[in-house]
Amino acid sequence: MAELLNDRDLKFLLYEFLDTAGLSSRARYGEQSRDVFDAVLDTACAIAQEHFAAHNAEGDANEPEFDGTVVHMIAQTKTAWDAFAQAGFLAAHWDIEEGGLQLPEVVLRAAMAFFCSANAATTGYPFLTIGAANLLRAFGTPQQKKLYLAPMGDGRYAGTMALTEPGQGSALGDIKTYAVAQEDDGSGSGSYRIFGQKMFISGGDQNLTENIVHMVLARVKGDPQGVKGISLFIVPKRLPNPDGSPGERNDVALAGLLHKMGWRNTTSTVLSFGEKQGAVGYLLGKRGSGLGHMFQMMNEARIGVGLFGACIAYRAYLLSLEYARERAQGRLPSCKDPLSPQVKLIQHADIRRLLLAQKSIAEGALALCLFASSLVEDQHSHPDSACRTQAGHLLEFLTPIVKSWCGKQGCLSNDMAIQVLGGSGYTRDYPLEQLYRDQRLNPIHEGAEGIHGLDLLGRKVVMLDGACYRAFRASIAATLAEAAPYAALQPLQAVLERSVAKLDEITAGLIELQKNDPDRGLANATIYLDAAGRIVASWIWLKQAVIASACLVKNPGSDEAFYAGKIQAARYYIEWELPGASVSFDLLAQNNAIPLDMRDEWF
Amino acid sequence: MKILVPVKRVVDYNVKVRVKADGTGVDLANVKMSMNPFDEIAIEEAVRLREAGIAKEVIAVSCGVAACQETLRTAMAIGADRSILVESDVDLQPLAVAKLIKAVAAKEQPQIVIFGKQAIDDDANQTGQMFAALMGWPQATFASKVVVSGDTASVTREIDGGAETLEFKLPMVITTDLRLNEPRYATLPNIMKAKKKQLDVLKPADLGVDVTPRLTTLKVSEPPKRGAGIKVADVKDLVAKLKNEAKVI
Repeated sequence: MAELLNDRDLKFLLYEFLDTAGLSSRARYGEQSRDVFDAVLDTACAIAQEHFAAHNAEGDANEPEFDGTVVHMIAQTKTAWDAFAQAGFLAAHWDIEEGGLQLPEVVLRAAMAFFCSANAATTGYPFLTIGAANLLRAFGTPQQKKLYLAPMGDGRYAGTMALTEPGQGSALGDIKTYAVAQEDDGSGSGSYRIFGQKMFISGGDQNLTENIVHMVLARVKGDPQGVKGISLFIVPKRLPNPDGSPGERNDVALAGLLHKMGWRNTTSTVLSFGEKQGAVGYLLGKRGSGLGHMFQMMNEARIGVGLFGACIAYRAYLLSLEYARERAQGRLPSCKDPLSPQVKLIQHADIRRLLLAQKSIAEGALALCLFASSLVEDQHSHPDSACRTQAGHLLEFLTPIVKSWCGKQGCLSNDMAIQVLGGSGYTRDYPLEQLYRDQRLNPIHEGAEGIHGLDLLGRKVVMLDGACYRAFRASIAATLAEAAPYAALQPLQAVLERSVAKLDEITAGLIELQKNDPDRGLANATIYLDAAGRIVASWIWLKQAVIASACLVKNPGSDEAFYAGKIQAARYYIEWELPGASVSFDLLAQNNAIPLDMRDEWF
Repeated sequence: MKILVPVKRVVDYNVKVRVKADGTGVDLANVKMSMNPFDEIAIEEAVRLREAGIAKEVIAVSCGVAACQETLRTAMAIGADRSILVESDVDLQPLAVAKLIKAVAAKEQPQIVIFGKQAIDDDANQTGQMFAALMGWPQATFASKVVVSGDTASVTREIDGGAETLEFKLPMVITTDLRLNEPRYATLPNIMKAKKKQLDVLKPADLGVDVTPRLTTLKVSEPPKRGAGIKVADVKDLVAKLKNEAKVI
């Protein structure tokens, strides 16, 4: 079985592409260093191999079942959850005072990459729990933290995010779930009763933990319609006793499980709140600020979804690479001797194209996700306040792209992995078809692709007077300058520079159009997102190629194959995939409205 | 009582190794390295003996390049109290390692030395036995169960016919087999704690050991491809083929 990730690549990304080792100069990480980070990654890799990868196929073939009372899942899921929790991953990034280890965000995400690659579905549970716990850390009262945070850190409680409803998914402003304030019972906890239905709630029920903490969006009765009336509530499956042990069942019922194409071992649930007297819920953060609070978790979750996209593609890439190196098939066009031995698949030009395209997506996506995680890190812990601000702005711009590019390109990458194996790739004897199905979720959850197009073109490019866009442009400009001294990179630099200039022009035009005609200005937001994604990915590849070139100059001959592979992948992406942006630019430049003008009755 | 546990840094068991084109060895460039799995079992057993109050201190020792420090940190994150690296860039062969461990044992005076039965890179299965011979100590190889009481140990060994249980007098050597235990993971809190534990670095010269290789590798090649199977008519035919063609009975 192939490795989960290329260890050399991961180390390159953390310690050469990013300066993760340098984090130990920040006061928060003074006790830590590269050897600690590496040991953490080793533990992640070992647990991911033994307890997650081992049951990926079995969890897919035996999806969770609901017998009307409890959910049944294959037993290995619980073993995996326990191993993850006991190793300390759920609370690793928390402050020491919270019971954590202050592990840097980017190291936590690099560790998560092993789990995402090994078994996306089972990793869904800890992934959501880490996100829900972060909400509590940010907005919880001391009493709320005391009751819920510690058990979410040691794995006794899991967490979910409950936003979507049967009637509302992308348009959260219209949710119907509501909350009724209770008479103060003297405890000062200010409880509410929650009524409504939530749908597609991942991990909404399971048999892994003694309790589940749902983070629920609902409108307090009488509060205004639209997003400004939405609040965030903690709604536990079981109401905790004052000593923290889980007590009686709350009025939250599992209405049913949904049956998915992939990620089958993550339960996807329909939850009913308040079928009887109303589910007890507690306001988290400020009343009316629920969506804003939730966005903190969603932004983090979006980078997380990008990481799932990257890692599912990465796993398939490594599996197809291993197959192509071992499987002998056919001869090169120049060889006419039927008695000569067959060559390995990888000797065929077209197979190498399929592998190189996958490498450019999988490694590019992992680099992009870890880069985004390093921005999350810098936003919080960089010693310089201007750098913190800059990191925040760049992150705002990149988030919709990290989420969308990795998922969408990931689907294409998984498709090519199957193609390398041919008929074998299409059978269930190989894991490629499952990875293909698992990958397909990533362009959907945490905001469908279209939503991120609107977010990028409708919000991010104009927000803060264009500061986020400018932060992005400044970062690209810096990389273009770094590439200049390397002759081999100059053609790439020139192509990317022209594309970015075109992006500036298109962006300015669309901002103007939006002012007068928002419907027309945003009609092609998704292809704008696609073009911007290609530019961002090209930039990430050029950054890697600059570092690889510098290493080859500094230590000629050392690790040559690895660095040459990086430069070749950068060349491939910029020369073969970036030009796809030009097609989008042409359509955007003429405000091509063919889809917009198409009428319902013409279909 | 002190327990000494030698640990080796090897190619990770998940890595599919490839033979170098020039036949001089396997390609180790950019492959993931980790602790030999049998040595993890050895560390785990030693830590359990300490947790049971039988041992006072567990010392991990590794012989090899500077990067072996990572392996020792892992050993300490699993539970070893401190560790020693005998640093050398020479290709250390089993006899050299056995001599180095002997020199370390002379300083540390352990009552038990627990080796992995073999390392998954060379599969030599020699170091523990050579060390026992150099020390003149009894050796319990391929251990699947260890019970220590007072100055004796009862060790169950895996043998061709199943298992046998023998009594040994300390000091002694144990080499671990897979069934001895299931090693724990280095948890994140323990990784942080391990950073503060003591790690001493020595050179072979400090110990007065000559580590010059005694064996020469002539050539490394891929194992031959398995040929296609054949159908046999009956048991008689099978036995005849095993006897005359395969020559295994």
